Amino acid sequence: MATKVLDITKEHCPMTFVKTKIELSKLQAGDTLEVLLSEGEPLDNVPRNAIDQGYDVISVEHVEGTTHKVIIKK
Amino acid sequence: MAEVKKLSIIAFSGDFDKLTAVFTLGTGAAAVGYEVNIFFTFWGLDAIKQKQGRSFTGGNWLTKIFGFMMGGLKVAPTSRFNFLGAGPKIFRHLMRKKNVATLEELVEAAKALGINFYACEMAMHVLGLEKDDFIPEVKDVLGVASFLKLSEGGETLFI
Repeated sequence: MATKVLDITKEHCPMTFVKTKIELSKLQAGDTLEVLLSEGEPLDNVPRNAIDQGYDVISVEHVEGTTHKVIIKK
Repeated sequence: MAEVKKLSIIAFSGDFDKLTAVFTLGTGAAAVGYEVNIFFTFWGLDAIKQKQGRSFTGGNWLTKIFGFMMGGLKVAPTSRFNFLGAGPKIFRHLMRKKNVATLEELVEAAKALGINFYACEMAMHVLGLEKDDFIPEVKDVLGVASFLKLSEGGETLFI
């Protein structure tokens, strides 16, 4: 039940999705990934894509400024 | 799990900017769960050459000269503002400065995401290239019929 943290706040398309996908693919069942991301396209799409690919989005919370934290579980 | 969506890209151009578009779309699609196939043909074959600079790859003297002039990924020209090869260097500099993935990073991401690379049999024959001239990630050498079969039921782009 490990938790990994991924910060993609400084990334741009397509690396926001690419880095998330690569980290998600390393998770074992029960593991979680905390993704720090910015408003706009990453916030709109990263949680939705995770759900589409069969992961559970546990929470989406505002951290500060334009940064949000999304917790994804396999 | 939703049904698998598919994107197939015909990478015809060997231009730096157009290859950037190929790999941006490809990696983006793969990252959001698409199956992605890239069919490299003609100038696009430069992107998957083992030797990324200029080298005399080819079967005879004419194709060897073509091979040298075409080069690989590292010497891909921009379609506009190439400035005798300075253009791609300027774009790479701008992309790093703006924290946008460079072409090389996108190619590495494509490999990590398991995007399927295919090389065009006919173009390889014309240019005197063998499968061994390409990076090992190139899954197969195909013709039009095989490409149509594997792209069936998905979206196809020509770049």
